[in-house]
Amino acid sequence: MGSLGVLERLLMDILWSANRPLTANELRDALLDPAGTGAKPLATTTVLTVLSRLEGKGFVTRDRDSRPHGYTAVSSRAQHTAELMHEVLGTTTDRTATLARFIGNVSPQEAQTLRALLESIGPSPE
Amino acid sequence: MVLAVLLAWPVPILLAGAKWPPRAPGLALALWQSIALAGGVSMIGSLLVFGLIPFGATPVSALGALAGHVVAGTLPAGATLAGVMALCLALILATHLLLNLSATFIRAERQRRRHHTLIGLLSDPLPFDTEGTRVIDHAAPIAYCLPGGTRSATVLSRGLLHLLDADQLRGVVAHERAHLRQQHHVVLLAFKSWHSALPWFPIANRAENAVALLVEMMADDQARLAVDDRTLARAIALVGTAHLAEVSGTQSPLAAAGGFDDASSSDLVGPRVSRLLGDVPGLSPAARTLVLSATVVLVVLPLALLLTT
Repeated sequence: MGSLGVLERLLMDILWSANRPLTANELRDALLDPAGTGAKPLATTTVLTVLSRLEGKGFVTRDRDSRPHGYTAVSSRAQHTAELMHEVLGTTTDRTATLARFIGNVSPQEAQTLRALLESIGPSPE
Repeated sequence: MVLAVLLAWPVPILLAGAKWPPRAPGLALALWQSIALAGGVSMIGSLLVFGLIPFGATPVSALGALAGHVVAGTLPAGATLAGVMALCLALILATHLLLNLSATFIRAERQRRRHHTLIGLLSDPLPFDTEGTRVIDHAAPIAYCLPGGTRSATVLSRGLLHLLDADQLRGVVAHERAHLRQQHHVVLLAFKSWHSALPWFPIANRAENAVALLVEMMADDQARLAVDDRTLARAIALVGTAHLAEVSGTQSPLAAAGGFDDASSSDLVGPRVSRLLGDVPGLSPAARTLVLSATVVLVVLPLALLLTT
C-alpha cells in the first residue's frame, strides 16, 4: 500500500464512522488530528484527489447538489467485508479461482466425517 | 490421433483413480500438467496432420505449401472437404484455448486488484507479523491467500483467530504461504481455463478437482515442516466442521447462497486429514523416476510424432 493507499484508508475510516456527508475541508480537518499521530497537514487538493480516486473505485459518492460537495461512503464497512467474504467463500457467481482457500466448501456429509476424525484425533495435547 | 484419444479419456481416469498421488503430490501435479499439455498438442496436432496430408510429404513442408495456397486462394489436387474441415477445426480449437486462457488470466487479475484494494481498506496487519498477514473482521473462520507479487497477502478472519490456537494458526499461515511461494494460483487458473474452454469435456472437470486437491496437499506438506501433523489435521478438521455449524444457522453466507456447489466441494478436505493422520510413506525412488519419465515423455512424444510423420 503506497502513501495514497494509506490516505484512502484514513479517509474511508473517517467516512465510515461519520453519520452524515462530509466535505473535503471537514475531512482534511479530521485528518489533521488523527489521535495525535503527528501527521503533517494535508492540502485540501490532496484530499480531493484521494476522494475522486475513491469515487472512481466506487467506495464513495459525492452529493453534487450541495456546495461544497458532501462525500458519503457507498456502503458500510461491514457490508464491504460481507461482500468480500462472499467472494472468498465462492458464493458469488463470478468466482475468483485465484484465492487458494485453506478449507473449501465442505458438504454436510463430509463435515460429519471430519467431526468423527476430530474425535479420533483426541483433545489438544495441552 | 490414438495418443489424443488416450490422453483425452482413459489416462486421466486412471490417474484420477490412482492411489499413489497423495504420496507424491508434486510429481502427480507435474504429470497432470503434462497430460493436459500433451492432450492439447496431440488433439490439435492430429487434426493438423490429417488436414495437411494433401499439401506435402511432411507437416513442415506442407505448412509452407498451405501458406502458398492460402495466399493464392487455391486448393491442391487431392484436397478433401474433411481435410479442410480438420484444418479449420485445429485452428479454431487452438485459438479458442489460447483466447480462453488469456481471458481467464485477465479477469482474475482484475478481480485480484480490486480485492487487494478492499483488503487494504478493510483489514489490519496481524500484530507482530512481518510477512503480510492481515486480519479481517468477519465471524466465519476463513483463511486464504491473495497472490500479487510483492503485495501478496495471507488473510485470516477474526473468526479463525477465535477458533484456532497459536500452533494451529502457525500451520494455517505456513500452508497459505506455501501456496503463494509455489505459485499455485497459476496452475489452478490454467486448469480452470481448460475446464471452462471445454465444459462438455468430462475429463477437464476431473482434472481441475484432482489438481485442486494435489495443490492443497503440497501446501500441507510445507505446513508440516512448521507444525506437527496432528496439529495441522486438527486445524483442518476444526475449520471444516465450523463451516457445517455455520450452515445450520440461517444467517450464514453459505446457506444464504442456497447450498453447495457440488463440483467444487468434492472431497477436498477429508483426504487431506486422513493423509495427515495415516502413515503415508513417500513413493520409492524407482516409482518417482517412473512418474518423472512418464511426465517428460508425454510432453516430448506428441511433438516428436508431429514432426516426424
